Amino acid sequence: MKKTIAHIYALGDQAITIEWSSTISEEVNDQVMHSFHFFQIHPIEGVTDMIPAYSSLTLLYNPTIIRKQAMGGSPFEWLKKKLAALTVAPETVAQETAPIIVPVCYDTSLAPDLVEATQITRCSIEELIALHTSKIYKVYMLGFLPGFAYMASVHQQIQLPRKANPRKLVAAGSVGIAGEQTGIYPIEAPGGWQLIGQTPLKIFDITKEEPCLFKPGNWVKFEAITLEQFHQFNAA
Amino acid sequence: MSITIIKAGLFSTVQDTGRKGFQHLGINPNGAMDVLAMQIANLLIQNKADEAVIEFFYPAPVFRFNTAAFIALSGADFVASINDIPVPINHPIFVPENAVLSFTKKQSGHIGYLAIQGGLELNEWMNSYSTNTRAGAGGMEGRALQKDDELKLKASAIQKNSQSQLQVLPWMADTKGLYQTQSLRYLPGNEFSLLNTFSQQFMTNAQFTILADSDRMGYRLKGPALKSKKQIELISSGVTNGTIQLLPSGQCIVLLADHQTTGGYPRIGHIIQSDIPTLVQQSPGTVIRLIPVNMETAEKINTRQGQYLQQLKNACTLQLNAYHRH
Repeated sequence: MKKTIAHIYALGDQAITIEWSSTISEEVNDQVMHSFHFFQIHPIEGVTDMIPAYSSLTLLYNPTIIRKQAMGGSPFEWLKKKLAALTVAPETVAQETAPIIVPVCYDTSLAPDLVEATQITRCSIEELIALHTSKIYKVYMLGFLPGFAYMASVHQQIQLPRKANPRKLVAAGSVGIAGEQTGIYPIEAPGGWQLIGQTPLKIFDITKEEPCLFKPGNWVKFEAITLEQFHQFNAA
Repeated sequence: MSITIIKAGLFSTVQDTGRKGFQHLGINPNGAMDVLAMQIANLLIQNKADEAVIEFFYPAPVFRFNTAAFIALSGADFVASINDIPVPINHPIFVPENAVLSFTKKQSGHIGYLAIQGGLELNEWMNSYSTNTRAGAGGMEGRALQKDDELKLKASAIQKNSQSQLQVLPWMADTKGLYQTQSLRYLPGNEFSLLNTFSQQFMTNAQFTILADSDRMGYRLKGPALKSKKQIELISSGVTNGTIQLLPSGQCIVLLADHQTTGGYPRIGHIIQSDIPTLVQQSPGTVIRLIPVNMETAEKINTRQGQYLQQLKNACTLQLNAYHRH
């Protein structure tokens, strides 16, 4: 694999970030995922958390533990050196390729911005649904809320700007678009994405051992369901 | 073996040192805002340093001990009393059965901690007792404590020996060396260089006022509007406890325990971890000063603070062992 580590910087005194690029691209994000998965398989002792993002990976660390490995030297400098020397062989990475199927009801009663979205995009509701369900999206990163997956890229024709005035409350399961990104609100929360549908799936469930449906690097495909199917989904 | 919440207080939650290992899923760390005070309260009564404690703001909660207990208070001094007898913070205290712990006044600090020997009998969520109110998980049913909540206690030495007298043990944890009395220190962030000359100049010895709408997610700072040299669009990436984000309005926010895991605003700096406890103990309206330090200095300060905490731990153990032998 090509080594294109552009920039390693301190994110305060207990976190370090590797940034490959300042653009969003699948290739750059693949590099993030390779490194993220590599450190999941080969953890560095003292690294307590990882935050993979579009084009960067942040490692949070316990400086006391890192300092021991650094023989008393600077924990940051030790980690920086280690990361700079890193070359991740793609074969060490287990890729999950089968997409997670997410049923979405695009009925206007569950999609408060759908009509507006058709006006912005000059697509009919049917066209918009067809375009949104036509692609398999990549989970580039999670953030904002527990289990909130940033997926991309939606078809150019249905890319929508964020709402000028974010909603105070967005229902859990709401499917939204913001620019080239699409995502699902895992829990009720304030939000500014254009809401075009709703899934009956539980995206975030605290009673489960793995509470989040999506992981970084997953693939997701939306499938349109009717309002009736939506209501039957959790009744069944 | 339990305590009852007689009065809820402003925002009282169960917290430990935080939820680690799940930030890649967008699950934020939570945990005590002032991890030093939390640990000191635990160390005073020979709990594990990361045992879950109750964190509270002012107006503070009122607790009834349905069983005798061994406790310590640390962090803010809200002038505590047990059965109307004043008790100090940073001392181990024997509490008799049916005693009521209440607080009368916000004397110093902003966030108080109550540790109980043995700890609280709760279920962990994702390896932590910390309350994530947004997810509705962890701590007491994933929410702030309410009136009439009953929190079960794990067994402790004192419950077995059932002390019947209120007793404040004579030694105290000297926390002075842990908190910063002068300027708070920060490491310039990755986007610091994008600030314009005035803003960079200002940040060499910055003065801000903590705003009223500050909470566990972050403290908002009021100061002159800071600006970048040119409009910058950033791609979302990791942020952490202490990150100083520059909002589009030109105002800053310091991210704290309940912060989101990622953000897209310029990160102009990061409060060093050692100074976060000092920051969070400042109430809204307080003026704070920020000065930049380099990594070497930040790491030195951290090491020194760690050593001080270790000494404090040893001293607490020594005192308690001597007391028990007595």
